[in-house]
Amino acid sequence: MTIGLGHYLSVAAILFTLGIFGIFLNRKNVIVILMSIELILLAVNINLVAFSSFMGDIVGQVYALIVLTVAAAEAAIGLAILVAYFRNRGSIAVEDIDLLKG
Amino acid sequence: MIIHAIFFYLFAGICVGSALMVVTSRNPVHSVLFLILAFVNAAGLFVLLGAEFLAMILIVVYVGAVAVLFLFVVMMLDVDFAELREGFLSYLPIGALVGAVLLAELLVVVGGWAIGPGIAKAGAAAQNISNTQALGLVLYTRYVYYFEAAGIILLVAMIGAIVLTLQHKPQVKRQNIAAQVARGRASAIELVDIKPGQGLP
Repeated sequence: MTIGLGHYLSVAAILFTLGIFGIFLNRKNVIVILMSIELILLAVNINLVAFSSFMGDIVGQVYALIVLTVAAAEAAIGLAILVAYFRNRGSIAVEDIDLLKG
Repeated sequence: MIIHAIFFYLFAGICVGSALMVVTSRNPVHSVLFLILAFVNAAGLFVLLGAEFLAMILIVVYVGAVAVLFLFVVMMLDVDFAELREGFLSYLPIGALVGAVLLAELLVVVGGWAIGPGIAKAGAAAQNISNTQALGLVLYTRYVYYFEAAGIILLVAMIGAIVLTLQHKPQVKRQNIAAQVARGRASAIELVDIKPGQGLP
């Protein structure tokens, strides 16, 4: 019962799928959609670190660090846009965000 | 090895379970808390993989910063979350269908695929230095531009978030330091020569 690369990749695949599932399931709630995106990026990071560990190559972890940075920046900007939008419109429902539709 | 397997299944099970709770929970505050649990268990998986530095970074950055940011926003916005959950069940079948197809495809890819025997362990890292040291040795030398690009990304994100959320209310009195410093004798004092017996006009 040894844990190989496939086990970690399976966990990452399940997490990725749960992120996609969350976007479908909560398509009215932007906050939960942002959380689902965080889950997807976490799955990507698990993939990168698993490959890095099993290949014995540290560069995968450097890349995971960059992905982590981008994920943090994305969450900060996304939530800032959400707060600014809520101030203007008083709602964060996805179907209300249609100002550009004309 | 059996300990490794036990901890792998523990961390992986809790991580997947809490990720499921993130997307199905009724209350967004519970979603954020389950997101924190998922990140902590993913950090445990990183430790099992030998990436201690990234595990600590994951806890510090995600649990310490991003999840708290989510918590702040969820609690700050006065949103009727029950209204946002309308149609939850109507989206469930299509979401489950797409998710099942995607998961099946990914697992087929993971299962029916192997690393070539010559490639595995090709660049085996030196075993006598720690993970943090090994990461620093490449991050600050060969990949220093990526490191600086990450810093610029964080700077842009910080400035962008401040610009997006900062609002100036016109009725609020603010201290104008430049005007205070520029105030001199000529603008502050007026000498009036008053004639005796007349007073001020």
